[in-house]
Amino acid sequence: MNESVVVYRRFMFFRVALYLCLAAIIAYAWHRPLGMPNGGTWLGYGLGSIGAILILWLMYLGIRKRTYGPGKVKLEAWVSAHIYLGLSLLVIVTLHTGFRFGMNLHTLAYALMLVVIASGCFGLYAYLRYPLLMTENRRGITLDNMLAQIADIDRECREVSMQLGEEINRAVLVASQNTRIGGGVLQQLSGVDPKCPTSRALKTVEQMAGQAAGNQAGDLRRLSTLLTRKEELLRRARRDVQIVALMRVWLFVHVPVSFALLAALIAHVVSVFFYW
Amino acid sequence: MADHFKVAVVGSGPAGMSAGARAAKRGISHILLERADHASDTIYKYQKGKLVMSTPDVLPLRSDLGFKMGAREDVLGTWNNGLGEAKVNIRYKAEVAGIKGQKGNFEITLRDKSVITAENVVLSIGLQGNINKLGVPGSEQPHVQYQLDDPAEYEGENIVVVGAGDAAIENAVALAKQNSVAIINRSGEFARAKQGNLDLIHNAIEKGLIECYYSSAPVKVGTNTLTLKTADGEAEIKCDRIIARLGATAPRKFVEACGIVFPSADPKSLPEVSSTYESNVPGLYIIGALGGYPLIKQAMNQGYEVIEFILGNQLEPADEPLLKERFKNLGNVAVEEVLATIRHNVPLFAELNPLMLRELMIDSTVHTPKRGEVIFARNDFTNSFYTIVQGQVEIQVNPNDPKEVVLLGRGAFFGEMGLISGRRRTATVVARDECVLVETQRRTMIKLINSVASVKREMDATSIVRQIQTYMAPHTPVEHLAELARTASLQKFAPGDVLFNQGDQGDVVHLIRSGSVMISRRIGGRDMVLSYVASGNYVGEMALLSDAPRSATVKAAVATETVKLDGQAFKRLLERDANLRREVESKFRQRLDDNARMEALPEAGNIIQFLIEQGVGEATDVLLIDESLCVRCDNCEKACAETHHGISRLDREAGPTFASIHVPTSCRHCEHPHCMAECPPDAIHRAPNGEVFINDSCIGCGNCQRNCPYGVIQMAAPPPHKPGLLSWMLFGLGYGPGEDKAQRKVKHEGVTKHAVKCDMCKDIEGGASCVRACPTGAAIRVDPKQFLSLARLAQ
Repeated sequence: MNESVVVYRRFMFFRVALYLCLAAIIAYAWHRPLGMPNGGTWLGYGLGSIGAILILWLMYLGIRKRTYGPGKVKLEAWVSAHIYLGLSLLVIVTLHTGFRFGMNLHTLAYALMLVVIASGCFGLYAYLRYPLLMTENRRGITLDNMLAQIADIDRECREVSMQLGEEINRAVLVASQNTRIGGGVLQQLSGVDPKCPTSRALKTVEQMAGQAAGNQAGDLRRLSTLLTRKEELLRRARRDVQIVALMRVWLFVHVPVSFALLAALIAHVVSVFFYW
Repeated sequence: MADHFKVAVVGSGPAGMSAGARAAKRGISHILLERADHASDTIYKYQKGKLVMSTPDVLPLRSDLGFKMGAREDVLGTWNNGLGEAKVNIRYKAEVAGIKGQKGNFEITLRDKSVITAENVVLSIGLQGNINKLGVPGSEQPHVQYQLDDPAEYEGENIVVVGAGDAAIENAVALAKQNSVAIINRSGEFARAKQGNLDLIHNAIEKGLIECYYSSAPVKVGTNTLTLKTADGEAEIKCDRIIARLGATAPRKFVEACGIVFPSADPKSLPEVSSTYESNVPGLYIIGALGGYPLIKQAMNQGYEVIEFILGNQLEPADEPLLKERFKNLGNVAVEEVLATIRHNVPLFAELNPLMLRELMIDSTVHTPKRGEVIFARNDFTNSFYTIVQGQVEIQVNPNDPKEVVLLGRGAFFGEMGLISGRRRTATVVARDECVLVETQRRTMIKLINSVASVKREMDATSIVRQIQTYMAPHTPVEHLAELARTASLQKFAPGDVLFNQGDQGDVVHLIRSGSVMISRRIGGRDMVLSYVASGNYVGEMALLSDAPRSATVKAAVATETVKLDGQAFKRLLERDANLRREVESKFRQRLDDNARMEALPEAGNIIQFLIEQGVGEATDVLLIDESLCVRCDNCEKACAETHHGISRLDREAGPTFASIHVPTSCRHCEHPHCMAECPPDAIHRAPNGEVFINDSCIGCGNCQRNCPYGVIQMAAPPPHKPGLLSWMLFGLGYGPGEDKAQRKVKHEGVTKHAVKCDMCKDIEGGASCVRACPTGAAIRVDPKQFLSLARLAQ
């Protein structure tokens, strides 16, 4: 229906980033420094300055995103630029290093930058892939609706199980009280619960249904249908939580590491000038 | 020796109080007699917190006491203070038993046998002192009551409300919040109530909050039961409390004993009074509800005026200064003269009675534009209505050529197209010479059209011809359209009503003048939507041109009004006008092509159907979210909250989704906004760019919230101060963007809530914040007219 940040204005910022990178590569190829290429030549300083300014500007998105005042430029444009210019750092900063790495603060800053870019790439992948999967998984209802439906089913299950003896009763009660959706980060990301009490209750009920007869068989069939429906809802609810987690989790790397990068960058700049 | 006064006022309702205050201000000896131990018993007995209205809004208040629309408590407070300040001589617990005598020497006997004499008596006892009782066996029990002070006093009870008027409905709805409520309606419908209350009660019955017994009447009250006579025989229902709101009638016996004559035996009839409010007994005046003026403001004005009349003064009507102000730019001309000119020059208003014309003019603006001044421009979203009192205007009918104009002269009107369709202006209008124009607001005009048949008739006749010309045959001379226009009639359709069915014989063409329609065809046993047609277009010409049965079914997507045109007359017009024929035929071929392409794109048809079902058909600008791009970050909501005092006017997650198009709960800026319909202070308007917004005059009555079918209006309290973004980011002060949502829904004691809704960020550079703040471009605002076109959907 609408264009995504990737194709924003027919790849406007892709082109900007591309030209920037090409310019940097040409300059690097053309430049003949004294000795090895490094960050201390005029081109090195130039590329370093561009890289540093870009990093500061990229980090400013955190503030821009939360600034809701008037203005003609849409946040979408900022995000599109953020993606492509962020990726261009790979070229600009690498050229700035002159391919000289070591076990030092400078290389640490570079490594942190790579982590930030990698996490950002995952974020972009998540933003492009998961929204549609989420819509498909929800089939027109919200997570709250799913939880409400699950609660309704739980109530019905308990009513039906009343007449079905201790074992079933307990399994259903445990299923309604101990079934969890989400939980810790890993659980949210996994999207499944291998020890789900509802699945266990369903197994118990199905086993009993095979042996039962008469009225009890009918009740057990009904219970088994209810639990199957609940299991399906649980699967979708967990999937929903999983997708939300996947769309958020990368930010927990991207943002803090950006700040670490900022600190390392400042240290890098100060130390370079200090030892000049 | 009895007390003697120049004026005795009986009853301290709005009318009596105002009379007392005037008498006190004028320094004449007076007494105000009140039966209860407090003033204005009727309003005192209103439900706690009830909003007291001050209709008619335009009528200025002429009283020494203040009065403006507000909560019952505030109104009573103002009056009590006013009575004290004016030093009104009021006597409480003074119930009048009888009035004897004549002008100059009336003798008033009170229940406690004391006697008061007065030269003049003003009777302002209203009707509510004589409320209608249930009058069935058992109704004398204490749990049968005739008023409701505070609905919050009762909880978990079975309560039966008897009656079908406004008071009964208001009580029932308020009680239903925490009780099980039934309402007993003698007739088969609620006919007497105001529109707002009608919606309330129907809604509550539909939702099962209130049980309604139609065509039923109470026959016996037990200790905790009520026996009803219903259409199907007697029924007994459980009830702990009965609240009967059966209206009131004039205390006829008492009034007649004073010597006053009623014109008929009908219990609803009221005594006749002169233009100075004097009854058939000289010196005995009647004001307020007993005199036929039940509205508070009218009654208060009468209280003031009656004292002046008693003092022998003549008064000009209360609204005179307002009209003078309105006519200021016409120079020094008397109000009467201007009104007479308007009535003479504008046939549309010729049949209004003097009071209506005055009211209309108070709600209107008189313009005296210079030659060449633009009155309004094409594509503006304004919706006021203009009449020409003097001079001429030119209508620029061709968007490409401002030279192509139609002249309108004295007595004509314009601007009705925008008023009827709720869409943008279809032409630019420029003053031709120095002219005098009257601009009337949408709401006033709609009220007038609905209440005065001659105005509606006149407007329909002219607007039909103009609509045919504008929407169908812009280059055909008006003379040629006369025959077709004579066959035209207006037809209304409710949402979902069929204009015509596939396979019918085609003998009419429908020109859509308001609303919109959906065209569908039955293919392989399944209805498939082919297109959405908005107002300003016509449907039904295909069958006529091809002499075949209807090829598709056309249904109203929303409440729709069409100009129905006779097919044969339409054909004859096409035979006469070759250019028009070519235009219509080219449109016809275009439609055939479009339909064929739509049949190959069933998905697009489903999207149209889905969006129409969500009410997008009546929208002018709707927020849609592309869920294949939406990362659910809620930055749209946060942006909305941050730009609108902390309350988001949109709920992203709520609302349905179809094929990754999500319609969030957010204002659609409808063509005919439901919210505007019953706004007491007229606070909801449409800005020139189309934004429907609520201005600062909102009084927090909640009508718009109830009237909005899409649930996009909220009632919210004004916000506390919020520290800036950096204070929050760096020091953790206050709430982050959008985080104070829950906080803002807390009800603060003593703070009036006001209605808030989307205003499309009309005053913010760059437009809608929700769209600007979307990081992935998922949120878009669209005009359904364009969005639902084939070109867009085929993408």
